[in-house]
Amino acid sequence: MIETAILGAIGIITVAAAVGVVATRSVVYAAVFLLVSLVGVAALFLMMLAEFIALAQVLIYGGAITIVLLFAIMLTRAPEQTNVQDNAQRPLAAMACVGLFALLVAAALATPWRTRDPGADPMAEFTALSELLFSDFLIPFEIASLVLLVALIGAVVLTRSGREGA
Amino acid sequence: MSLLDLITIAIIVFVLFNGILTAVLGVIWAERKALARLQQRVGPSRTGPSGILQTAADAIKLMLKEDVRPGSVNVVIFYLAPLLIFTPIFMLWMVLPFGPDWVLSDLGIGLFYIVAILGLSVVGHVLAGWASNNKYALLGSARNAAQLISYELPLVFAVLAVGLLAQTATDRPFSLAGIVEAQGSVPYLVIMPLGFILFLVGALAETARIPFDIPHAEEEIVGGAFVEYSGIRWGVFFLTEYAGLATMAFLATILFLGGWTGPFSDQVPILQPFYLLVKMAAIILIVFWIRAPLPRLRIDQLMAFAWKLAIPASLVNLLVVATIVWVQHQNGWELWVTSVTISVVSIVLAVATGIFIQRRREQRLRQFRQRWAQ
Repeated sequence: MIETAILGAIGIITVAAAVGVVATRSVVYAAVFLLVSLVGVAALFLMMLAEFIALAQVLIYGGAITIVLLFAIMLTRAPEQTNVQDNAQRPLAAMACVGLFALLVAAALATPWRTRDPGADPMAEFTALSELLFSDFLIPFEIASLVLLVALIGAVVLTRSGREGA
Repeated sequence: MSLLDLITIAIIVFVLFNGILTAVLGVIWAERKALARLQQRVGPSRTGPSGILQTAADAIKLMLKEDVRPGSVNVVIFYLAPLLIFTPIFMLWMVLPFGPDWVLSDLGIGLFYIVAILGLSVVGHVLAGWASNNKYALLGSARNAAQLISYELPLVFAVLAVGLLAQTATDRPFSLAGIVEAQGSVPYLVIMPLGFILFLVGALAETARIPFDIPHAEEEIVGGAFVEYSGIRWGVFFLTEYAGLATMAFLATILFLGGWTGPFSDQVPILQPFYLLVKMAAIILIVFWIRAPLPRLRIDQLMAFAWKLAIPASLVNLLVVATIVWVQHQNGWELWVTSVTISVVSIVLAVATGIFIQRRREQRLRQFRQRWAQ
């Protein structure tokens, strides 16, 4: 009973914050709403007893991604967008969003979700996940980190060439 | 989970929260006293015995002070930022164990929880600096974010090495209570001195203590991100900083000093929190002691130290521990063989790092003198 109420509250907050991200005109507010929404998703994971995924969500999305976003907004001194920015791409954007949403819902419905016994040892899941990451999924895992490295080097190259040209 | 459980948890959290706040007032008083003694002064002495009520009086003053808000700030985020800085630090105390049974939630992956939650407070600093609409505040928050991100790496790698090593002696290597059990009678300070030093440096930087206090740097950027805050909102930042120091000292005690273990701690359980708090107080005093004689670093020195020395050293530390633990798994060594091997390698590495720093310093001094001799 209480669990359902908490789950509902977290769900409402998450979705409301997600709506806030697209509805607000200020980029900084959007970043803050995004943080709320992402932490809400982490709380949902927590309610499903997936502690590790929840913490990874907080660490990567709540910490790292939001900070990078805020940094980009603040240090580039993006002007506050108060006037409505609108153009002919609206139908395209709507189609892309609806398509992605349909795809996600289809994937969520098609996945055979595994429920976990609340009494089970959380460490067992943690160990199983890390073993999979470093054996069967080692190559995708390493490729993901390589992509991040390339992005990092790209950022350095871009900023340095700008300085030399100045 | 019933309603009664929720109420019990709420009461425990309330007591813990207020206990931390009171302890933080004590820490601030202790810092003023210790610093005064190191500088041949008396320190607070008028309010209560030895001035112990001075910080309580200061806190009351801050609460009663007018809450000034400059007209140019972004109101919502200006008021949100102190909460975003304050909450993560107090969330950490949820998993910190005072004894084998004295813990709110003995999370199996407590170590990962701490790393994840610690990163969140940066968001609050960045938002505080931006919302203040003040160039010094923005500079302070940019410095703060750069410093926190850089020094989080050596801190996390040092913590990771602790988890790896604990795995040899317990089946719960990422639980804080499990780590204390794994240490037994030999604290990890003895086995991994390099890891402890890296953790301490990272912790000093994370809490922006002197010599890593460039995010505040009163003489350059008049206090950094908090410059526009006043009254209790400024007080919240101040309290959070000292709560962060207490949290880091607590973590260092758990991870490297054997936590609550001490003479007769198994026979007399009431001694356990006592030992823990004594060790924690020792770490806090060392931090005050570091503060007294040292000047503030420059930002380029700070970044160079993090990226050219602390992060490589912590990576080497992690690799050494991982390799030796792996060799132990392969060869089935006794536990003490692993401990002694890591200990010897770690001491050699720490000494080598020290010699490297010293030689580099002499080299820089020579360059400096040559430049001035011309």
